[in-house]
Amino acid sequence: MARIIAGVTTSHVPAIGAALDLGKTAEPYWQPLFAGYEFSKRWIAEQKPDVVVLVYNDHASAFSLELIPTFAIGCAESFAPADEGWGPRPVPVVQGHPELAWHIAQSTILDEFDMTIVNRMDVDHGLTVPLSLMFGQPAAWPCKVIPLAVNVVQYPPPTGNRCWNLGRAIRKAVESYPEDLKVMVWGTGGMSHQLQGPRAGLINREFDTAFLDRLTTDPEGLAKIPHVDYVREAGSEGIELVMWLIMRGALARDAREVYRFYHVPASNTAVGHLILENA
Amino acid sequence: MTDYNDAFKDIPGTVVFDATQSRLGYHLNMFCMSLMKADNRAAFKADERAYLERFPMRAEQREAVLARDYNRMISLGGNIYFLAKIGATDGFSFQNLASKMTGVSEEAYRGMMLAGGRPAQGNRSRSDPTL
Repeated sequence: MARIIAGVTTSHVPAIGAALDLGKTAEPYWQPLFAGYEFSKRWIAEQKPDVVVLVYNDHASAFSLELIPTFAIGCAESFAPADEGWGPRPVPVVQGHPELAWHIAQSTILDEFDMTIVNRMDVDHGLTVPLSLMFGQPAAWPCKVIPLAVNVVQYPPPTGNRCWNLGRAIRKAVESYPEDLKVMVWGTGGMSHQLQGPRAGLINREFDTAFLDRLTTDPEGLAKIPHVDYVREAGSEGIELVMWLIMRGALARDAREVYRFYHVPASNTAVGHLILENA
Repeated sequence: MTDYNDAFKDIPGTVVFDATQSRLGYHLNMFCMSLMKADNRAAFKADERAYLERFPMRAEQREAVLARDYNRMISLGGNIYFLAKIGATDGFSFQNLASKMTGVSEEAYRGMMLAGGRPAQGNRSRSDPTL
């Protein structure tokens, strides 16, 4: 049977992708950030996941205002890096796992989550920056990826509680898949940041630290945080943190934190990163 | 629902992209979306005013685009992820846009971020004094 071995959370700041793609990782501004992922790259090389369910949000790349799915699961064979206005990132095409993706779609829909099934979708920095941070710059990504796009641009986004419960449904889906597969679930975005208006640049280390702590110890409590508290405490784009709860819901209640990294700033954003392993 | 939407209005310097903003800004944001294509970026750069006429926007939205007044665009329904495509077309980083929206130089904004960012303390509520 397939099983979920671990979860990863990480910010997905576009400037991180640009720094990698332009060979700036050794510059003093970026060096501490990339150093924070060295452990993670070694760890994942040992873990060798077969599939990553990668929870992220699209940033007006694949989805404009014409169509705004709350939860969209990528069931295609592959997903091309999106052209976000300055050409696609020079990263490998993402290979999907259609059979498992369809299985998760069916299982979660029957569990009353109204997933949108996507058979063609370009993936933007929200998905490719986490892959780059965890795998570096390989010629091909070393595992299959199932993109799970969550709307956090148009209000209202899903509640934290809905995300937490979707994670639990994903766990049930994966564990009922007959093939032996090592699956990871990643939750991306965050941490505190605000990109708009006179309040842009907001960073809240205290909130972020508590969120990192409670993701392991008190996810049910985190799932109760209302949207307005994310915006107030973590900035308007800090709302992306609801996606981390999908990852957490997919792991065992007694999953343990094996790695943590926190760094300010990457461009406008506080970068947070966790690795949680199932017992 | 009124309570849900109103709760955000106490947060200073922030516009939540809710149903009202989305309806107001639909054509402005779809104009921004068109800038994902190189041909459209070239057409916009060649004659901004004429290109904007292709989209059934309000006159004040067109003027805000021409003036690159991002806070005004946001108040008129623009969403930052869409508006960022104007910045990209102009060749500016997100940090440059943020400095414009916060009314400081890019260097000052960058310095604020390196020093740990804008603190939440004092910026949580319209009744807070700092912003």
